[in-house]
Amino acid sequence: MMTVGLFVPCYVDQFYPKAAIATLELLEKLGVKVNFPERQTCCGQPMANSGFAHLTQACDELFTENFADFDYIICPSGSCALHLKDHLHSSKYPEKAKQIQAKIYELVEFLVDILKVQDLKARFPHKVGLHQSCHGLRGLKLAQMSELVAPAFSKPLQLLHMVEALEMVTLSRKDECCGFGGTFCVTEEAVSVKMGKDRVADHIANGATYITGVDLSCLMHMEGILKRQGSGVQVIHIAEILNAS
Amino acid sequence: MVTSKARILRAVKANQPNFISFVDINIPQSAEDLPNKFALALGNVGGKFVELDHLQEVQSYINENFGQGGRVLSSLAELSKLEGLNVIDTNPHHLANVSLAVLSADIAVAENGACWLPERNILQRVLPFIAQHLIILVSVKAFVATMHQAYETIGQDAYGYGVFVAGPSKTADIEQSLVLGAHGPRSMTVCLINEWSA
Amino acid sequence: MKDHSELSAIFNADEQRVNWHDETLWWIRQKRDKAVNTLPEWELLRENASQIKQHTLSNLSAYLEQFEAKALANGVKVHWAANAAEHNEIVLSILKGNGINRMVKSKSMLTEECHLNTFLENNGIEVIDSDLGERIVQLAKEPPSHIVLPCIHKKKEEIGELFHEHLDTPAGEADPQVLTEAARQDLRNVFLTRRAALTGVNFAVAETGEIMICTNEGNADMGAHLADIHLASMGIEKIIPQRRHLGIFLRLLARSATGQPITTYSSHFRTPRLGQQMHIILVDNGRSQQLGRDHFRNALKCIRCGACMNTCPVYRKSGGHSYQYTISGPIGSILAPNLDMKKHADLPFASTLCGSCTNVCPVKIDIHNQLYQWRQELVGAGYVDAKKKWAMKAMSFLFAHPSLFAWVGKVGRRLMMIGPYLFNNKLNPWYHQREMPRAAKQSFREWYKQRAKNNG
Repeated sequence: MMTVGLFVPCYVDQFYPKAAIATLELLEKLGVKVNFPERQTCCGQPMANSGFAHLTQACDELFTENFADFDYIICPSGSCALHLKDHLHSSKYPEKAKQIQAKIYELVEFLVDILKVQDLKARFPHKVGLHQSCHGLRGLKLAQMSELVAPAFSKPLQLLHMVEALEMVTLSRKDECCGFGGTFCVTEEAVSVKMGKDRVADHIANGATYITGVDLSCLMHMEGILKRQGSGVQVIHIAEILNAS
Repeated sequence: MVTSKARILRAVKANQPNFISFVDINIPQSAEDLPNKFALALGNVGGKFVELDHLQEVQSYINENFGQGGRVLSSLAELSKLEGLNVIDTNPHHLANVSLAVLSADIAVAENGACWLPERNILQRVLPFIAQHLIILVSVKAFVATMHQAYETIGQDAYGYGVFVAGPSKTADIEQSLVLGAHGPRSMTVCLINEWSA
Repeated sequence: MKDHSELSAIFNADEQRVNWHDETLWWIRQKRDKAVNTLPEWELLRENASQIKQHTLSNLSAYLEQFEAKALANGVKVHWAANAAEHNEIVLSILKGNGINRMVKSKSMLTEECHLNTFLENNGIEVIDSDLGERIVQLAKEPPSHIVLPCIHKKKEEIGELFHEHLDTPAGEADPQVLTEAARQDLRNVFLTRRAALTGVNFAVAETGEIMICTNEGNADMGAHLADIHLASMGIEKIIPQRRHLGIFLRLLARSATGQPITTYSSHFRTPRLGQQMHIILVDNGRSQQLGRDHFRNALKCIRCGACMNTCPVYRKSGGHSYQYTISGPIGSILAPNLDMKKHADLPFASTLCGSCTNVCPVKIDIHNQLYQWRQELVGAGYVDAKKKWAMKAMSFLFAHPSLFAWVGKVGRRLMMIGPYLFNNKLNPWYHQREMPRAAKQSFREWYKQRAKNNG
């Protein structure tokens, strides 16, 4: 039987434990035995994307030690998974780090490509807008990108279509960035917020009552804007919908 | 003294990466229905397409569509009734008052409505730009599918100058509103002449 | 000097205007999408164009020499400029040598990069930009805000006012048709009276020594064909090996730039006109240095279509002038630091790394990866705020110590619950326009431990 390690990104652990719980429960429902190495912290992306990749060493070593022994590592965040895939580096165990890069999966990717999930016993009777987080989309290629001339597909939608009573809304800009961007959200506050407001407005204009996605960082940013606007529209991680009954 | 040329070339040579080769691609294109595809593409870039049976009909087409007034100029010897052009003694500034230029194109590209005018077809380079209106005559042999075929046809032609013209001169610099007639012709008509010889 | 973030905040003070700017550029992105989707071979073309450019860069010195030899044989004078100052001096000496003090110029981002207009004006030479958009920003005494659409930041009413002042159009006239006609009349007179015309270059063919220039207005040709002297300024990266490669690039360029299948004019200049002088100025100005930077070399593949700007949400919502470099948007942000890391240290951070730029790029420049890489270089070279450095060091320490992380998380969440004012204040740029996320009572790891305990 495959061994699976769950990597819960630092901010998800602290602010959105419900998404991590849903991820764990969903995987268990699908018959996967999941381990959660308790000494895990962060993927190192906040430092690296700010230009401090040289400061991620200790973080990288820790990650490698925690996860090297699993067949698969699953992370309910496209952005963190992509960062590890692209940049994880260990001086102590260079080979192990390289192996991790090949066996780390964002949750949706794992469900579709590895578990090949065909149906889900989930129900979510709401109008939902899908936010295509950039790193999941253009980095992990979870769906076809609107810029390319290539056949359409979408792994998140493939799963969301299995959810009973769920209605997807169509957006006018289906894969535009929300403006979170890591430290960008504070260093470029004005543009970041404007981008977020415009994304949120697209979902609202098209009737969504929930905005979902594979990255809570984007959702957290949009949630902050929605709440400031006093909107009743909520954000929800895709795992919570796929695990809903 | 080291010249700038030597300095630049030395720096480029020192910094360019190891030789990288590339594979030329061949993109097969359908040669079907090219005049119609061309007409559609030309319409999309603001040009007009007409079909005339004989070269002789050009004169009456001009009379009907551009009136009698104004200076009409052609580089085609066959259109002997129109004012001709002598490249040796024509000062390009003397073309400032041309209202209509009638020229012929060797190639018409179906994917984008562009017509290829090498220097020998226009005699004065400025003519297809300075005229208020432009008529370009093409024969049915001129049509090619895409720019790949266009350059295949051009080959190693030793023109001094040549231009692809696709539609009237245009700009959308003011709030993206399309305006025809920026600095060059306000209209471009491409006439397919079915029978070129008299 | 204000940085990108501060200038963007100023741009965003007028939200309606930001919406207008954003929607105008998004519309161009949509036109681009429509145009490229008519070609099933689009991705193949991009790949091929990328390979041709990569190949050319790897053999650039030979191609430059071949190009020069062919151009000379064609009767063209060829000049080499190592930097902007040399370029400007060459232009000046050609003009002075021919007793010329007025010149008309079509679009050339390279001359913007070299600040040629200011230099020539300081030397008593009048320059008139003939591209409508460039003429508008010239009259407004502003730099272009976009490489393809120089005055995309300007409303027609503002252009109407400028034209009223300079071209005598009626007060309050803002119809693009009328304004364009006024510029046409005015500039026609300029074309007919200037003895020298300077143009940019889109592509230069090593095999034939010819240069190719694309315009929609016909202004490059009007200038060059009516002038006694044609000067063409080009960066050394504009070379392509063979004439037939133009077929690939022309299919990509206008579709990417504006959604047109081709620009109205694609003009090939091989020899000077009878009785005319033609000069080509080959300019390095940092390009050979960029060629030596492994991570950033590929930025030299750029064909200046502007597609990365139109698709970039940061560009659309911050405006071209917030970048403070000749070439704004994503491509400018990876070119500018090559010339001056300190001055342009803000630009690689003016991105969310969303990657849309890379996907629309017709020559497949990995723009967002280069932005990431420039961040590393800039931090390494010390061009970053000391506060940020300490914050990053602290963060890095925290993430290397799991039990400290768990403890800080717990205390932090508790603090957010009992003292939200500690976070919800003016010093927190997150809170300025967004609510803070709600602290969970129990972190996932706490829940997980408890579940394990409960399950015994």
